Amino acid sequence: MKISKQDVEHVAVLSRLELSENEKENYTETLNSILEYMELLNRVDTSDVEPTAHVLPLINIFREDKPHEPLDRKMALANAPDEEDGCFKVPRIV
Amino acid sequence: MSQKYETVIGLEIHVELKTATKIFCPCPNEFGGEPNTHVCPVCLGLPGVMPVFNKRVLEFAVKAGLALSCEIASYSKFDRKNYYYPDLPKNYQVSQYDLPICKLGSVEINNNGEVKTIGITRIHMEEDAGKLLHGGATITSSNYSRVDLNRTGVPLIEIVSEPDLRSAEEARAYMEKMKAILEYLDVSDVKMEQGSLRCDANISLRLVGAEKLGTKAEIKNMNSFRSLQRAIEYEVERQTEILDEGGRIVQETRSWDEEKGITVSMRSKEEAHDYRYLPEPDLVPIIVDPKWVNELRASLPELPDARKKRFVKELGLSEYDAGIITGSRALADYFDEVMIKYNDPKTVANWVMGELLRLINAGDMEITENKIKPDQFAALLQLQADGTISGKMAKTVFEEMFATGKGPETIVKEKGMVQISDEGALATLIEKVIAANPRSVEDYKAGKEKAIGFLVGQIMKETKGQANPGVVNKLLIEKMK
Repeated sequence: MKISKQDVEHVAVLSRLELSENEKENYTETLNSILEYMELLNRVDTSDVEPTAHVLPLINIFREDKPHEPLDRKMALANAPDEEDGCFKVPRIV
Repeated sequence: MSQKYETVIGLEIHVELKTATKIFCPCPNEFGGEPNTHVCPVCLGLPGVMPVFNKRVLEFAVKAGLALSCEIASYSKFDRKNYYYPDLPKNYQVSQYDLPICKLGSVEINNNGEVKTIGITRIHMEEDAGKLLHGGATITSSNYSRVDLNRTGVPLIEIVSEPDLRSAEEARAYMEKMKAILEYLDVSDVKMEQGSLRCDANISLRLVGAEKLGTKAEIKNMNSFRSLQRAIEYEVERQTEILDEGGRIVQETRSWDEEKGITVSMRSKEEAHDYRYLPEPDLVPIIVDPKWVNELRASLPELPDARKKRFVKELGLSEYDAGIITGSRALADYFDEVMIKYNDPKTVANWVMGELLRLINAGDMEITENKIKPDQFAALLQLQADGTISGKMAKTVFEEMFATGKGPETIVKEKGMVQISDEGALATLIEKVIAANPRSVEDYKAGKEKAIGFLVGQIMKETKGQANPGVVNKLLIEKMK
């Protein structure tokens, strides 16, 4: 077992997920089986392969510094569950 | 304070770049604006959008790196820094993790005459987050908050220093130097009050002579040079007390409370430093052409230190004066422009540092907000030099120019402030004053040289201060021989 229940609890906090005891047990098991399966990759010899930052053979895609017309505010807020004074309204933060 | 501990400070500076558009989308990069009017699907973090990198951001970051003697990375990439906060719509910030655009630089600071080199660990490019407006007075007393995403995606560079700073004054000197360099490079507005220049300080103490660094606290929310210095001073005091009492420093993020003058621990939930960086798959790597870097290097403007040296060597200004004038590019440019029309460096320096800076500081203004045009400034100094107005009048005229933007000749005319230097015009008046004050004349003749001051005063009074005191003095002495 590489992932402990504490790890699952920690990742759940970071992801803002509330897990029941059952779910914690369940995720500990499934995450471990996923990692075990991925262990397969460690069998590949990568000693002379450079780390890859991007899968496509592309570099230096740039945009000129020219402004466009921004989105209309009504559109920007259209999907907001709640709004106030042209802003997204969110529940208490801390 | 005791010399038991050595203070160790490293600064992380965030600089908003002065591009026309945001870093990954063409939304306008402007301060302010009605909430959520500088936004588009990319910076709102809507699903399915593709960010495209603004070339200008790379140019500005490389320029900053060159000015700070950094190595420019030949291969660089972006990463996602993951955390949940309402000002971050994508739930990750696009930043640079292991391959920043610049590293291993240095900058020279001058702390009250003591020169020191401070190492720069790295400079990386990233996007700014949005702005939160809390429903209540503070975040903790608010039942809800409002989110304005205009700032989301504004380009930033983060400049990380080595832990080379040893006092609050050094940290301030470093920050002021950074501001000056970035202003000279013209890559940012560098206004701390508006948030285009921000800084976090990592502070720890260790026993004098110890090599291992102590546990640090990270201080945030310092919005001016003054609060930076005060916050560090407070934090050093706080940590000293804890250590003296045998306690241990907790590694945490603390927020500077400007009003109370203290740092306060921020909730540990907010600082779960587990960002799970991963390479940003939507942006491709950057390979910088060394030829282009050399072109940028050649295009760099004269930087503050070089300009200061030139002012000392070529204009004969003192180190101190040259340091103050070149500390801001706007001020140094202004000084140069006045000098084109009035080539007397010391006089111009005295006026710029004395009168101009006094009024600008009193009004809490920027140099660029000053209404006096350089040629008007020069014209005023000329009026004083040729005796048209006295030094005292010149200061009055200057204040009027500063307040109204009117030219010196106009003000002198409006106020009838012309100085009377004509000997013929003054002679009659002098004879009258001599005749009316026989005792002072006798006193003077008896060797009481101070008595002449009274007579000069009488003439100034008669002329409402317009007589040229030098000429009056000379004529009086002649007449009383």
